[in-house]
Amino acid sequence: MESVYLAIPLFPLAGAIIAGLFGRQIGRVGAHTVTIGAVAISFVLSVIAFWHIVFGGGAVYNESVYTWMVSDGITFEIGFLVDRLTVLMMTTVTSVSLMVHIYTIGYMHEDPGYQRFFSYISLFTFAMLMLVMANNFMQLFFGWEAVGVVSYLLIGFWYTRESAIFANLKAFLVNRVGDFGFLLGIGAILAWTGTLDYAAVFAQAGDLANARIELFDGAPWSVATVACLLLFVGAMGKSAQVPLHVWLPDSMEGPTPISALIHAATMVTAGIFMLARMSPLFEMSETALSFVLVIGAITALAMGLVGIVQHDIKRVVAYSTLSQLGYMTVALGASAYSAAIFHLMTHAFFKALLFLGAGSVIIAMHHEQDMRRMGGLRRYMPITYITAVIGSLALIGFPGFSGFFSKDAIIEGVHYSGIPGAGFAYWCVLIGVFVTALYTFRMLFLTFHGEPRMDEHTREHLHETPLVVTIPLILLAIPSVIIGAWTIGPLLFGGWFGESILVLPEHDVMAKLGEGFHGWWGFIIHGFQGPAVYLALAGVVVAWYVWIRRPDLADRAAERLRPVHRILEKKYGFDELYQTVFADGGRRLGGVLSRVGDQRIIDGWVVNGAARLVGRGAGLMRHLQSGYLYHYAFAMILGVLVALSWVVLSA
Amino acid sequence: MFADWPLLSLSIWLPILGGVIVLMSGEQGARRLALLFAIATFAVTIPLYTGFDTTTQAMQFREFLPWLPSFNINYHLGIDGISLPLILLTSFITILVVIAGWGSIEKRVSQYMASFLILEGVMIGVFAALDAVLFYVFFEAQLIPMFLIIGAWGGPNRVYATLKFFLYTFLGSVLMLVALVYLYYQSGTFDLQELHLVRLSMTEQIWIFLALFLAFAVKIPMWPVHTWLPDAHVEAPTGGSVILAAIMLKMGGYGFLRLSLPIAPDAGHELAGLMIALSLIAVVYIGFVALAQKDLKKLIAYSSISHMGFVTLGTFIVFLLVAESPDAAGARLGVEGAIVQMVSHGLISAALFLCVGVLYDRMHTRMIADYGGVVNAMPVFASFLVLFALSNAGLPGTSGFVGEFMVILATFHANFWLAALAALTLILGAAYTLWMVKRVVFGPVANENVGALRDIGPREFVVLGLLAVTVLGLGLWPAPLVEVMHPAVDKLIAQVAQSKL
Repeated sequence: MESVYLAIPLFPLAGAIIAGLFGRQIGRVGAHTVTIGAVAISFVLSVIAFWHIVFGGGAVYNESVYTWMVSDGITFEIGFLVDRLTVLMMTTVTSVSLMVHIYTIGYMHEDPGYQRFFSYISLFTFAMLMLVMANNFMQLFFGWEAVGVVSYLLIGFWYTRESAIFANLKAFLVNRVGDFGFLLGIGAILAWTGTLDYAAVFAQAGDLANARIELFDGAPWSVATVACLLLFVGAMGKSAQVPLHVWLPDSMEGPTPISALIHAATMVTAGIFMLARMSPLFEMSETALSFVLVIGAITALAMGLVGIVQHDIKRVVAYSTLSQLGYMTVALGASAYSAAIFHLMTHAFFKALLFLGAGSVIIAMHHEQDMRRMGGLRRYMPITYITAVIGSLALIGFPGFSGFFSKDAIIEGVHYSGIPGAGFAYWCVLIGVFVTALYTFRMLFLTFHGEPRMDEHTREHLHETPLVVTIPLILLAIPSVIIGAWTIGPLLFGGWFGESILVLPEHDVMAKLGEGFHGWWGFIIHGFQGPAVYLALAGVVVAWYVWIRRPDLADRAAERLRPVHRILEKKYGFDELYQTVFADGGRRLGGVLSRVGDQRIIDGWVVNGAARLVGRGAGLMRHLQSGYLYHYAFAMILGVLVALSWVVLSA
Repeated sequence: MFADWPLLSLSIWLPILGGVIVLMSGEQGARRLALLFAIATFAVTIPLYTGFDTTTQAMQFREFLPWLPSFNINYHLGIDGISLPLILLTSFITILVVIAGWGSIEKRVSQYMASFLILEGVMIGVFAALDAVLFYVFFEAQLIPMFLIIGAWGGPNRVYATLKFFLYTFLGSVLMLVALVYLYYQSGTFDLQELHLVRLSMTEQIWIFLALFLAFAVKIPMWPVHTWLPDAHVEAPTGGSVILAAIMLKMGGYGFLRLSLPIAPDAGHELAGLMIALSLIAVVYIGFVALAQKDLKKLIAYSSISHMGFVTLGTFIVFLLVAESPDAAGARLGVEGAIVQMVSHGLISAALFLCVGVLYDRMHTRMIADYGGVVNAMPVFASFLVLFALSNAGLPGTSGFVGEFMVILATFHANFWLAALAALTLILGAAYTLWMVKRVVFGPVANENVGALRDIGPREFVVLGLLAVTVLGLGLWPAPLVEVMHPAVDKLIAQVAQSKL
């Protein structure tokens, strides 16, 4: 299997290199054939690996590929850890990536950067696979940064757009703030365990929990807590948790296929994956878990609320992604790692579906993204419409759809959790269900229902998008419906993850939930006894009433709730705050340090001052050398006088 | 087969001889001849790596000739794992400088090429010298060609810049001479390895440390004696900037490792706090200053100072780590990280200055505001520049990551807050580098001059391509670079841990 594991990331890498360096030679068809072929192979091999590990009884693979460096007795390696968690991620990543590759043929077919785009998304697939397959912290950081760079390149893909190149710089820098914490977390782990290998670190998790570090005098903290909090800062950047979430909505400046692949299905879930991978460490620190739980809960609710007031169809989906990532984070904080990964997987499918559906609408609308100029599209685009409805139902957790199972598992899990903050988180995710249904069906109604609001010219040319677009939609709609019911039993309650995820018995909320689990049908029936289903239905009804039945009501409500509406429209003011304090502040500080510190003090006073001093001293000395003989004679007499008197007096 | 050749002498004198020949042969064919000598020198340095013995702590490829026997001064050469990478870097970068000057230098070509060849020999001499006087002579001698390069082919404000450059560095190195002479009177030898063993009182060590510190701190440069560097870079021709950033700054870092640490370890323990503070000021303060620069070359110059902060941090953090635990965990990581950072910065800063040179040759301006949307006219060049910018920002998979990673990890061993300050470079480095990229490379075509730019030609492609391959190669597999250092670094740590009082 070793060569299979090696081939899975290397094929997309080869595809990326060929399409990137020789794009002009192989042409458009050549570029998409090579990259799609490579990703397809990688997908098939991932499925084989999945089969091998899960059904074939294959052993967990944990081997080094090559030694990157040895220094100070520490071995830095590139290596793979393939267990159940990994194969699940690999299959999800490669299958969504394959869909997006195919979809791109249709979405980008007029774009002059066609080959470059395929090269980037294949490169992304490679980087993401290296991230999930890593068996050590350094390679994890490699993949982590590499997906960030490809994301940077792709958000700025249309590099002549000012908004795009602003967004990509912002995304990179905000992610770097997260990486700052992440790198220090790695530093903490290396300093206390002397290794970066997962297995070796996890074996010492107990020691980490007992070791103490004094960040502030007289306040010793558990090293496990410090390390986990630092690692989570990294996850907050990549998985866009409050307050490092600001880059994700702006990342929608990139082409839609990458919004689906990178900024919904895969890269942004890297943080979630990382925390699940680190479960042996996080289990050692209730402080860290509690922090994770609260941050996730805030993100889940606060970002969903912003989604209600957005007009750009992609931004609604983006805020929805933020909110759903919050749900996953909440699950992690409640030690329901398997539920987080379960939601990650179902979300990858239905959110990719929603993004690609939005993209299909955008193609049909000639790159119009404002929902105020849409409406009634269901008559023109039946396939897009039906798949969008499926995606929406999955997102709001409609009973039976995939999102229902994963979201309900999270809500119930939090309900059982005894971690500090769980009560707060429970209410956040519960209200979040109503909010999710509200913004999702607002989007669906504004786009596909009601009267058409676009101009006449656009309306005449409206038609369903080509097959390369609709086939991925259909292929993604299938798992959006069935994958939840199909996999909930084994994934959540069957001990499916085995050794790859560790939960301490006192944290194990999924076990408590599992006591009442009798198959997926029973889970649906059970769901009707809780509030979540009714909240979701209420959200749909309110959305219908406000945006279809009484369209004037939305404006009146916005008017009546002016302050609230303004806060949501301003997205709580994070952007303005960061722009003023960090971006402008940093530049201004740099300017002051440069002008005052370097130019005035060091150069002006010290360096040139020293030169002036020497010059002035030399100027004084110059007067002594006047050239007049009697000056010199006088000086000599004076000197003799002084010397004589010194000799006489001292004698 | 090369085992008994005087390889080090060849690497020093071959380019110097080549320089003289190029100078005498006149303008015709000066470029070809210079390239020939540069490649020949590089070829001579390769067996230094292939024949290097990684199992011994002793100096290798030693050559010994009495020079001034009455003062016990000798022509003594030899290298270990600290100097070897820097010698290879020197001979590699010189080839690129010769190729890069091929088209852009039009006046006095033979003198230009000769200066760089002579400079190459002298710089290799600095890294290979094992005699303090020989070291000092090479250390000073390299000022002359660089002085000429900036003075003759430099920009409009070159007189101010050369004077500042010369006075700064000269002031520092004169004090080094005083320290070396003092050591001679204490020990009767100028042999560097013997000087490492001289017992000195704390007061003596402090004075010697400070004298050496001034010489090397100016060179590397450390805050606050750094202001000569941006001026020198701005006025220097492209090749001069490349050599200055890629090699000459490294002499400061090399000097700390070869002289300061082993000769005055107790003073190092005493002053480590100050050194670390200055290093972190370089990383953070200079990072902010770089953000405010409007001139491309100044920006890269400040970026260099900030990156050199990691070299000094990795070097001086050793004292904290040695004091902390008997096995000095993390100390080797710090020193090796510092050396990797020197090599990597040599490649990346060279690449960035060459990129600025490519733009300057076409537009005759270095102002960021004069550019914008370069990618539209020069897509191949833009790809290179983005790659080098990302490696400057420490992207994993490029060499820029390796050294910083190692130094930050080592620093964490000593203290969390120091590591946190150092790690700020992740944000600051990305901010000033990628903001520059945004303003220069991306966006719509800013003006008609940018629109009329032609993309890089084959010569420029070869130069940038070679650098790109090296930067990526070292980032993906730094082991071949790091493993030659182990014995020398082990020895150094042992010397640092051993009190001389």
